[in-house]
Amino acid sequence: MNLWYTENHSPNVLFSIRVDEHLYSGKSEFQKIDILQTPEFGRILTLDGLVMVTEKDEFIYHDMITHVAMATNPKIKKVLVIGAGDGGTVRELTKYASLEQIDMVEIDEMVVDVCKEYLPQTASKLDDPRVNLYFEDGLKFVRNKEDEYDLIIVDSTDPFGPGEGLFTKEFYGNCYKALKEDGILVNQHESPFYEEDRLGMQRAHQRIVGFFPVCKVYQVHIPTYPSGHWLFGFASKKYDPVKDLDADAWNALGLQTKYYNTDIHVGSFALPNYVKEQLKDVE
Amino acid sequence: MTQLSQHNAPIAEALTKYKAMRVVPFDVPGHKRGRGNEELAAFLGEQCLSVDVNSMKPLDNLIHPVSVIREAEQLAAEAFGSKHAFFMVNGTTSAVQAMVMTACKAGEKIILPRNVHRSAINALILSGAIPVYVNPGVQQELGIPLGMALDDVRRTMEENPDAKAILINNPTYYGICSNLQAITDLAHEYGMLVLVDEAHGTHFYFNEELPASAMSVGADMAAVSMHKSGGSLTQSSFLLINNDVSEGYTRQIINLTQTTSGSYLLLSSLDISRKNLALHGKEIFDKVIGMAQYTREEINQIGGYYAYSKELLNGDTIFDFDITKLSVHTREIGLEGIEIYDILRDEYDIQIEFGDIGNLLAYISVGDRHRDIERLVAALGEIKRRYGKESGQMFQHEYINPIVELTPQQAFYSEKRNMPLAESAGHISSEFVMSYPPGIPILAPGERITEEVLGYIEYCREKGCFLSGTEDSQVKRINVVKESER
Repeated sequence: MNLWYTENHSPNVLFSIRVDEHLYSGKSEFQKIDILQTPEFGRILTLDGLVMVTEKDEFIYHDMITHVAMATNPKIKKVLVIGAGDGGTVRELTKYASLEQIDMVEIDEMVVDVCKEYLPQTASKLDDPRVNLYFEDGLKFVRNKEDEYDLIIVDSTDPFGPGEGLFTKEFYGNCYKALKEDGILVNQHESPFYEEDRLGMQRAHQRIVGFFPVCKVYQVHIPTYPSGHWLFGFASKKYDPVKDLDADAWNALGLQTKYYNTDIHVGSFALPNYVKEQLKDVE
Repeated sequence: MTQLSQHNAPIAEALTKYKAMRVVPFDVPGHKRGRGNEELAAFLGEQCLSVDVNSMKPLDNLIHPVSVIREAEQLAAEAFGSKHAFFMVNGTTSAVQAMVMTACKAGEKIILPRNVHRSAINALILSGAIPVYVNPGVQQELGIPLGMALDDVRRTMEENPDAKAILINNPTYYGICSNLQAITDLAHEYGMLVLVDEAHGTHFYFNEELPASAMSVGADMAAVSMHKSGGSLTQSSFLLINNDVSEGYTRQIINLTQTTSGSYLLLSSLDISRKNLALHGKEIFDKVIGMAQYTREEINQIGGYYAYSKELLNGDTIFDFDITKLSVHTREIGLEGIEIYDILRDEYDIQIEFGDIGNLLAYISVGDRHRDIERLVAALGEIKRRYGKESGQMFQHEYINPIVELTPQQAFYSEKRNMPLAESAGHISSEFVMSYPPGIPILAPGERITEEVLGYIEYCREKGCFLSGTEDSQVKRINVVKESER
């Protein structure tokens, strides 16, 4: 049998992965959810036909969306995670004994249920006692919070579909309000490479810049995302992710990570010129 | 002929059948199913252009319907509970004008609240009918014009027993309804026709939670904007008639000004939308009511904003309230509605229906999604956090009692003189000044200009309202009636 999963990385570029088995297909109130078994990437979660995580490369995304902020401010106690239904972000956060509370708000309960069943690699820590799960609209959840969190991680889908509201000015403004005076916001920041992703990336940056005194972008390499070149946003009321990094303190924790280290932490903030220009254009 | 039901859409069905016949067109429109205008066909879609066709035997004729349009009209009449329904393709504006001109000839009186849409006063310019205004009550805290008080209506009818008709907004732009049943009964005692502007009331016909509709209380004519809450294409509308109003005479009046090339895109959109409302209207508007209610509660929790509803009812000038309307009073956060309207669009990419002095209106419909509602609520919260201030020196009165010196037609066609607006106090205006939306005139032709009116106009301008109506596109100069004329 010759079965392939194919996704448009741009209107003119296709990306295909050979599939062994279509393990699950369902439709929630919000989106279509599929789990595929593949020879190259292991199990894959797709939402509305777009790859969200694969067992083979999810470590890159989840390391980098969590450890950069945690290493910048080791005093973080209370974290809000928005989206992240696959559980990988929470899994990384639970490695920190110092964390007291992790609130996770995912709009689609079905994604969590499916991941618990089919992707234990990422969903395994969702029942950690420090984790509170809320199944509701992230925008709604955060608008009722004030001066409450040390860190907010926006682990969202793309800026169309259910994740749309998480790329808006009202959302970032509400995050600012929900953060403490030294709070940090880390967000999935799309990609600079293909046109459509670039527009989403620039819009996100433009809307965050207005609120936070420190507003940086860092890059990672994720093979299954369009172009592989992906960005995260780091916005903060106080800490600079490079100047305030205490590498020795983080290394002393002795955490096991597969992608993140304190060298790549610093290096990931070094951006190519074309990305710098795109960011400058909207600042 | 087979019996038609609300499951049918005769115009749409005829178009589908006509398309399948693959008739060779040697008639207008010249784009010939889009083939002659590739860019337009690509932009609007081939399907759309393939049904942009001309009147012809299988498709009937809007000027004098005898087959499919007539059937569609009958189904619409049945759905709305009227004697007859006319398909209107020139906006609800033309439906309002047709009502006024059917009811009154030149020199005859019509009773109406001053907060009517400009289309009603335009109809007076065309017909030469004389307006007798009933002042709508004003809700002082919110600064919004209300419905007509029954006693005011009764007094006006006693004083003007020769009036031919009364025009009623059902509801106002803000969602407020007068006591439609009582006013209708009263008017009928005086032998006057009851004309109802239901530009914002289409949904009243399809859900019992909503205020009474014109036809349900026995009113004589109603202009219904299907394209607002009814889901049809912009510019399409129904004119409903009832009781003794003559179908033939009304048709003649409509044909005075309506196009002879009625668009089949608009006609079929009315037909399909009527079918949809007749079959699914109740659940559609249940959903809209639920969303509006949720949004109202969330907005009220932000604090400072007041999204009002039925608690305002007073049995008279606010006899009923359209709970699908999301009207929000904004002044407690120190911003005018128009300022929030602009911030929402410029900074948050959210377009609402209108903002005026003190209020804003977000239009909720079947097309809304929960996540968009969350965006609106979140953005309003943010605007309060970022821009909110002490409510202080803001303009106090929304409604200004007009001093009517001449009929709109006399004033509009009189000898006139152009002068700076700022110096025009004391003169009689020959034209409109309005802030759009909602399109309710601040000044109408024939009204005496006062310092108070000028102050209000300048306040609107300063706050960013879009002013229009005068010959001068800047609305800095105004045409006034030459005093020697009088």
